[in-house]
Amino acid sequence: MNDLQHIDYEKLGLWCGLEIHYQLDTQKKLFCNCPVGLRNDPPDAEIIRHMRPTLSELGEYDGTALMEFKTRKEVHYQLYYDSVCTYEMDDTPPFLVNREALDIALEIALVLNCQIADEVHVSRKQYLDGSIPTGFQRTIAVGVNGWVPFRGRKVRIVQLCLEEDACREVSDRGHVIVFRTDRLSTPLVEVITAPDMHTPEEAVEVDREIGRILRATGRVRRGIGTVRQDVNVSIRGGTRVEIKGVPRTGMIRTLVHYEAIRQRSLLSLKKLIDTKKIELRTETADCTDIFQDSTSEILQNAVRYGGKVEAVKICRFEKLLHYRLTPNRSFIDELKARVRVIACIDDEPIFFSSVDPSFPGPAAGEWCAVLKRLKAGSEDAVIVVGGSAQDVSTALSEISARVLEAGSGVQAETRQVLKGGETDFERILPGPNRMYPDTDSAPIPVSVSELRQIEKRLPTTPDDWRKRYESLLKLQTINQLIDMDRIEVFEKVLERSGCNPRILAYTLTSVLPAMTRGGHDMKKNSNDNLVQLFRLYKKGGIIREKLSWALLRISSGMKSDASLLEEFGGSMDKGDLRKIVEEAEKIGLKMQDAEKRRNFLIGYIKKKTGNRAGGREIFEVLCAYAAERVRGEET
Amino acid sequence: MYKGYRGIAREALEKFGVRVWSDAEIKDRKGVFRGVILPRSEIADDKHIVLKMHNGYNIGISARTILDMKEIGYKKAHYKIPESEFPYDPKKPNVTLLGTGGTIASRLDYRTGAVIPAFSPGELYGAVPELAQICNLKTEKLFGIFSENMGPEQWIKTAEVIGKEIQQGVDGIVIGHGTDTMHHTSAVLSFMVQESPVPIVLVGSQRSSDRPSSDAAFNLQCACHTAAYSDIAETIICMFGPTSDQYNLLHRGTVVRKMHSSYRSTFRTIGDTPIAMVSPDRIIPLKKDYKRRRHDRNVRIDTAFEEKVSLVYYYPNMKPDIIDSLVDNDYRGIVIAGTGLGHVNKPLYEPLRNAVKKGVAVYMTVQTLWGYVHMYVYDTGRDLMDIGVVPAGNMLPEVAYMKLCWVLGHTREQQKVKEMMLTPIAGEITEREPPNGYIILQGGIPEVEEFISGHVL
Repeated sequence: MNDLQHIDYEKLGLWCGLEIHYQLDTQKKLFCNCPVGLRNDPPDAEIIRHMRPTLSELGEYDGTALMEFKTRKEVHYQLYYDSVCTYEMDDTPPFLVNREALDIALEIALVLNCQIADEVHVSRKQYLDGSIPTGFQRTIAVGVNGWVPFRGRKVRIVQLCLEEDACREVSDRGHVIVFRTDRLSTPLVEVITAPDMHTPEEAVEVDREIGRILRATGRVRRGIGTVRQDVNVSIRGGTRVEIKGVPRTGMIRTLVHYEAIRQRSLLSLKKLIDTKKIELRTETADCTDIFQDSTSEILQNAVRYGGKVEAVKICRFEKLLHYRLTPNRSFIDELKARVRVIACIDDEPIFFSSVDPSFPGPAAGEWCAVLKRLKAGSEDAVIVVGGSAQDVSTALSEISARVLEAGSGVQAETRQVLKGGETDFERILPGPNRMYPDTDSAPIPVSVSELRQIEKRLPTTPDDWRKRYESLLKLQTINQLIDMDRIEVFEKVLERSGCNPRILAYTLTSVLPAMTRGGHDMKKNSNDNLVQLFRLYKKGGIIREKLSWALLRISSGMKSDASLLEEFGGSMDKGDLRKIVEEAEKIGLKMQDAEKRRNFLIGYIKKKTGNRAGGREIFEVLCAYAAERVRGEET
Repeated sequence: MYKGYRGIAREALEKFGVRVWSDAEIKDRKGVFRGVILPRSEIADDKHIVLKMHNGYNIGISARTILDMKEIGYKKAHYKIPESEFPYDPKKPNVTLLGTGGTIASRLDYRTGAVIPAFSPGELYGAVPELAQICNLKTEKLFGIFSENMGPEQWIKTAEVIGKEIQQGVDGIVIGHGTDTMHHTSAVLSFMVQESPVPIVLVGSQRSSDRPSSDAAFNLQCACHTAAYSDIAETIICMFGPTSDQYNLLHRGTVVRKMHSSYRSTFRTIGDTPIAMVSPDRIIPLKKDYKRRRHDRNVRIDTAFEEKVSLVYYYPNMKPDIIDSLVDNDYRGIVIAGTGLGHVNKPLYEPLRNAVKKGVAVYMTVQTLWGYVHMYVYDTGRDLMDIGVVPAGNMLPEVAYMKLCWVLGHTREQQKVKEMMLTPIAGEITEREPPNGYIILQGGIPEVEEFISGHVL
């Protein structure tokens, strides 16, 4: 199960889509004039709010919204006087949308081949988790039905949105959640792909490719926290599960893999329930009196502080409770997460019929009393929950609901990422019912002339670059140049110096970063420096082995061709070199073993020539000598 | 069928026979768009058709470039707040909620993009079920208007209905009201409804209830709790204390003012402290001198009202014709919001003298809002009093305006008017201003920042 290699994703019917968020490089926020930027100094002030669900325009409540409402969280927002204003506090309506941000979003929508809306509308997307003080995110669909080229086919882009970023979570404990408002309202684009990826590796590659396209505009932010992805995964028979907040692209592979496995496991659990004809039934009982003087501190406290302890029996579920879903998680973890998220019971006051050895459970006597009260048999699973009366009742109804859901396989939900690439329940998957028009903002027409202007400055896309250089370089190298932002330098230096493209690409992707790592400041190298260097190299003046040294010298100010050639040129006379080669060959002739002889030759010649000859020259002389010798032998 | 659409957008819908609320496919040069055609806001242009795509997002498509459009389904929205019967508990107090058109509970109106109030007890129970834990609720929708459109007709009607409800034995009254002119209404009701035996609580919201962060539900709970249980038998405004949803303040209806265009904590008592703090389950009094709840039903409703009264906000360089035009148009009362201690420039002396001579009642208040009119301090003040301009103590300009309307509804006899104006009826003029009646903390000052760091805003 652990092995990433041994799964036939095609057989599983894996579908995978991405939602990729990139912050835009603007000075100001999306709907107010606050500066964009994160803060790590202590906040200046705090406000407290609560969220309530509201009706959608179609007259319905959204499921997620109701779930979040059940959690009854007190939401704290940390404020900064100089970078957060009354807009972020939801004490002032939005100002006009940041035109710079809209302009960037339109550019990105065009690069992604989207159909652009003629008039964009600000919508509200409800988030009752508190991450946005208004309770909704203002978001604008800028383009739809786009695509990006990928391995000879098109990966569809469902939609490109311009939206405001949410707050950063500081802590979440019990019924209190704390957010920092610095990041709130930072403009970002959300790229939503269709579920067109069918292996984890494709998902990773498409994520990278879209990143390259967005970065090509030069107008998205870089660095930690500026990019976030969500991954949607489903397998045949399963359903769409959204994994939120993937920390880095590489992790997508593991996450998709485990989610595929988790869905497969849930489907076989359902099968098991069906074949064993287990009727998914729960019974609950108030057991507060049993735990009056419990040895378990948590349960005792629950009772002492006016709370409750209740037990729920899940009929014939004892074995299934521990049904393994992914390597380190079983069905019971799904129950625990639901209780933690929805009933806000963070401590683990949950005990099982097979007593969890990692936890100081109720005493045997208490346990027996619980089982007796519930008339639980050896096949039944029993869970005990303690806490405030309302939380306990929420917890029990969530446990029962989740157990019932086991009978239908996979649940549509959003999940959060755990360290090793497994995931945990986060919330029920929201539907379109959480979208509202923003009554505070007027629609914004997008003029044809505006689009024409933007079209004129569209960047060269990764695909353009690859097509341009696929005959000269490996695809991987082109991607590397793009990812390192050096493709344009590559193009210019290549055009002006006419040097060997592979060596130029190697210098840009490997030598320069190595030098930077070595502590040299390579940023001040202009294109001119590189052009000069590679011109000299092309003429044969500078030997390849000394390219990097020459580059260092140029970057530290040595500018004349003559001085560069003197220091780094192949200065050895061809005749002298020939003599050394002949010497080496003579000694080498005595050696029987071909490999030994070759190594000896290389070592000897290098030693004798010192830095005065390049590998290329030596190779040429060697070849010539060998060819003469062969000819001599033939005659 | 074409709600809100006009011009070329409407023509396009008609041409292709596509209705609002239909699930449609629109084809233009760029490609195909799918979604539900939404009504168009009447204030938006006539060039675009609004489509709600299946993921919930709205976009506008230029009607001019549409090549083809066809209906593939139809789903009309039925904006409805889930309604269920408001439970009745004989042990709980009875509260009547009068609706004037505020956004206490509401839903969206697509045509205008605005918010429609939801109001029946059933709807309210659906939106704020917590209310049933507080009281039994009866609702009566008086009007459905924005508060800036409130006027004498509405004030009089409201006062009369309050009288009727009190006679019928209600334990408290809540009035849902837009916040913009809530303090005007609270002032005039303080004069029109006298000796009320029960609380009369005005409440509204600064964030409409179509938002998850709305203050409406909390305000409504606090207001209902106040109406049901408090012993403050006055006309009061119940709105957020801090901007955090921690507690509400109960402000006396004649000394309160909306002080911020958008903050939740916009209402402040001016020149005094609020009467009490309130949360959905308890009241903490801050003052002792308020009228107490009684068990009799001896309320006095007095809805006299003179409409020809103006409130003139003085500015330097004001020209005499401003006053002249009021007199020429038969205005019977003028309340001036003067500068500083109650001043206007010399060019106004003559027109004001003329006004008084013609029997117009002229009263002076201060545009500083806090503090008393003091017309003996400078010559200007003395001159104005000589002319016949009457200082109105520390009455807020809007309150003095409302009171003058009410007083002139009773009499035009100058001396009588003056006597009534300067005799406080509902705390509109106070004898003294306590030292903590003017506390506007200024951010940045170290001790204020220290306070803020230990509290929520």
